[in-house]
Amino acid sequence: MKKSSFWLGVLSALAILLAVAQAKVLINAAGATFPYPIYGKWFEEFAKVYPDAQINYQSIGSGGGIRQFSAGTVDFGASDMPMTDEQIGTFKRKPLHFPTVLGGIVPAYNIPGVTQELKFTPEALAGIYLGKIAKWNDPELQKTNPGVKLPANEIVVVHRSEGSGTSFVFTDYLSKVSPEWKSKVGVNASVSWPVGLGGKGNEGVAGVVKQTPNSIGYVELIYVLQNKMTYGSLRNAAGVFLKADLESVTEAAASAGKSMPADFRVSITNAPGKKAYPIATFTYLLIPSKIDDPGKKKALVAFLHWMLTDGQKYAGSLSYAPLPNDVVAKEEKQIALIQ
Amino acid sequence: MTLRNRWRKTLSYAMLSLTGVCAVVAVCILFLLLGYLVYNGWRSVDWDFFTKLPKSPGETGGGMVNAIVGSFQIILLATVIGLPVGFMAGIYLSEFGGKAFAFLVRYMADLLNGVPSIVIGIFAYAVVVVPMHGNSALAGGLALAVMLIPITARSTEQFMSSVPQTLREGALALGASKWKTIATVVVPAAYRGIATGMILGVARIAGETAPLLFTSGNNAYMSSGFTQPTASLPVMIFLRATAPYDDWHRQAWAAGLVLLIGVLFANIAARLILSRGIAIQK
Amino acid sequence: MARLITLAFASSILLVTMGLVYQLWVTSTLPRHKFGFGFLTSSMWNPVSGQFGALPFIYGTVITSAIALLIAVPLGVGAAIFLSELAPPRISSTFTFFIELLAAVPSVIYGLLAIFTLVPLMRDYVEPFLKKPLGFLPIFSGPVFGFGYLTAGVILAIMTLPFIISISREALLEVPTEQREAALALGATRWESTWQAVVPYARLGIFGSIFLGLARALGETMAVTMVIGNDPSIHASLFAPGYTIAAVIANEFSEATGDLYLQSLVGLGLVLFLLTIVINAMARLLIIATARRGSAHP
Repeated sequence: MKKSSFWLGVLSALAILLAVAQAKVLINAAGATFPYPIYGKWFEEFAKVYPDAQINYQSIGSGGGIRQFSAGTVDFGASDMPMTDEQIGTFKRKPLHFPTVLGGIVPAYNIPGVTQELKFTPEALAGIYLGKIAKWNDPELQKTNPGVKLPANEIVVVHRSEGSGTSFVFTDYLSKVSPEWKSKVGVNASVSWPVGLGGKGNEGVAGVVKQTPNSIGYVELIYVLQNKMTYGSLRNAAGVFLKADLESVTEAAASAGKSMPADFRVSITNAPGKKAYPIATFTYLLIPSKIDDPGKKKALVAFLHWMLTDGQKYAGSLSYAPLPNDVVAKEEKQIALIQ
Repeated sequence: MTLRNRWRKTLSYAMLSLTGVCAVVAVCILFLLLGYLVYNGWRSVDWDFFTKLPKSPGETGGGMVNAIVGSFQIILLATVIGLPVGFMAGIYLSEFGGKAFAFLVRYMADLLNGVPSIVIGIFAYAVVVVPMHGNSALAGGLALAVMLIPITARSTEQFMSSVPQTLREGALALGASKWKTIATVVVPAAYRGIATGMILGVARIAGETAPLLFTSGNNAYMSSGFTQPTASLPVMIFLRATAPYDDWHRQAWAAGLVLLIGVLFANIAARLILSRGIAIQK
Repeated sequence: MARLITLAFASSILLVTMGLVYQLWVTSTLPRHKFGFGFLTSSMWNPVSGQFGALPFIYGTVITSAIALLIAVPLGVGAAIFLSELAPPRISSTFTFFIELLAAVPSVIYGLLAIFTLVPLMRDYVEPFLKKPLGFLPIFSGPVFGFGYLTAGVILAIMTLPFIISISREALLEVPTEQREAALALGATRWESTWQAVVPYARLGIFGSIFLGLARALGETMAVTMVIGNDPSIHASLFAPGYTIAAVIANEFSEATGDLYLQSLVGLGLVLFLLTIVINAMARLLIIATARRGSAHP
């Protein structure tokens, strides 16, 4: 009696596995949490158009995307941070950078009693993250927000705990606006943060800020909107206080479009222009320049074409800015480089 | 009664009541925590949870069918590898073990038992993920198997050793070979305890998350084989709980409840099997 | 023949264990060569500059485990005393049954519960409550986050409690009744006989349970990762966020870019491995000593 129930168990397990096995092209990808909401949407929609492919994307952070791409444990990676020449030199697989969308990083905060939008100067933001501005009612913050009653509570700073492209872009911005930040901390995906708690992924930072009173964190726009969190405006290089939205993020890329290098690696933080949002960035897919599996190659090429045309239409509804037209044209040409 | 004696008596009552308070607090913590989980999980579980795939961030609905099936896949692998190895090793230790070698094996088994599961995950990463160039259910299953082997070996040994020697001698006297004795006399006599040990071991690894994080990874879809990254309930709970979306929190509670019920059910079943066995023997 | 087959399986345990140690050692050579012993004493963890030191994580691991024991030991030993000495057998076995179920609950579920119940509780009530009168002490100074060493210590305490109760209770049950009766016959109160005659007799087993609980607490990953705040620095205040060895490996292993970074994490794993081996060995020695003593005494 015991023996037959054992075999029954084994058979049913096998049945489950067989039912699940499909003759599809399975593509594994990992990387940035910044564009995860739109990538999730894209892969879902693309599967309807190209049912033979199944793209499994894991949002683990740009650092993870770069690492797994170079180790060959995924078929393609994703990162907000373009790879440096050094990194490309050491990697066995040469990546092609494909910008997908533009997004904005916003200062999201959770201050009990404050529902209004706060204005942040670059000095204030750098001061908070350096640990020099410790309380919400600090004069630096209060003077930019005269109409708001800021409490005398300690600021809970939240940053990323793992290697993050979002951190890279954020620290890139801070380094441009604060010489002290540049010399003390620097720019990178993973820095030695002077103060604060670490959250894992854009999701984790948003999660901590949402639950912790008196906290502030830097998060991609859509996470803040989807979770109905409060976020502030930033003063850009032209002196205008702007909130991140479709228009301001698109403006940030406007000047970059013409001077875009052939490999698309560019930084658009603190862009000039009255309407340009200061912490905006392209986010990239890292596609190997040589793909051995013909099924995967076909599927990926089809996806890239789809992403540059139909995919861009989904960007606006998720508060990402679509790519400028001249960038799209250049990328279409780059697809041909995939062997 | 003297003042001192009255003091001693009062102290006695006070301290003993305090110990009672400690016991009540300990059990209350259990009920409060698990009650909260059951309450939230019960509100969150729906039919979709068991049948649908997860949705992209910000969208509500969907489920965790891939994680449930994935957990089954990984646990199946772990038990297929770990239980036989542990069982055989346990037989060796109780039936054939000499002095030195058996002592060494026992020592190593206990050592392995005490290794934090995340370190075992590192081992599985180096041994399976790196050569295979990718996350897989196989890597996760192997990590869990490495944890299952010493648990199974020690509990098998324990219950086999408790079988009275007279049973063995009787069988041998009747002309049975050593192997036949073990297979047909000793193991059946100890099978309740052995089964209990196995079920408890599987229940323990079923809830493990740390070794799976970078071995089996995660998958947005059903995993179609043992060599693909595979979703699992514990990993999904971790990812959903640390995210900001309320709907994802709801899913985490549902998953937590399902996992808890599975683990507790296995534990209670194992104990019942064992206690019934003892009662029958008496 | 049967002997050989089972021998092969038994030796697989040896092979796996030795393989584990070998892998850990071999995959952590870079930081060992670069930093040497400094790896253990440096408190700088900076992937940007390539500086990796284990001290913040060792500190976090030790502090959270210490808090866990400080809470769980009095509570656990107290409960064990009640369950072994005072409670009627039915209550004792029912309580023990439930407490042992606590031990079976997976770590990630404790983490899930901790994020949504313990963290707000600590942040809004417990930590401010401690800070008001005791805020002048460095361990209770600084802002209150909810996430941090103290919260991690509390959830670890809850996870360690069942082990301490279960093993201490068994050690106390082993104490021969003569001990108790002798003390009572000499005029001791119930408490005095328990505390001065029974408990000392079982102290080896109780210490063994404490060490076992400690070994578990040191290696706990998920529940701690979810509430410790992920800050790789050393802070004096218990309210501050920190990091433990297990937590940093869980968070950063999949993404460590570069060999030195990855190998430093493996090096941390090796440190944790050695730490838990030592504590486990001490626990087992104590528990074996209890068993021997139990049989040796007349």
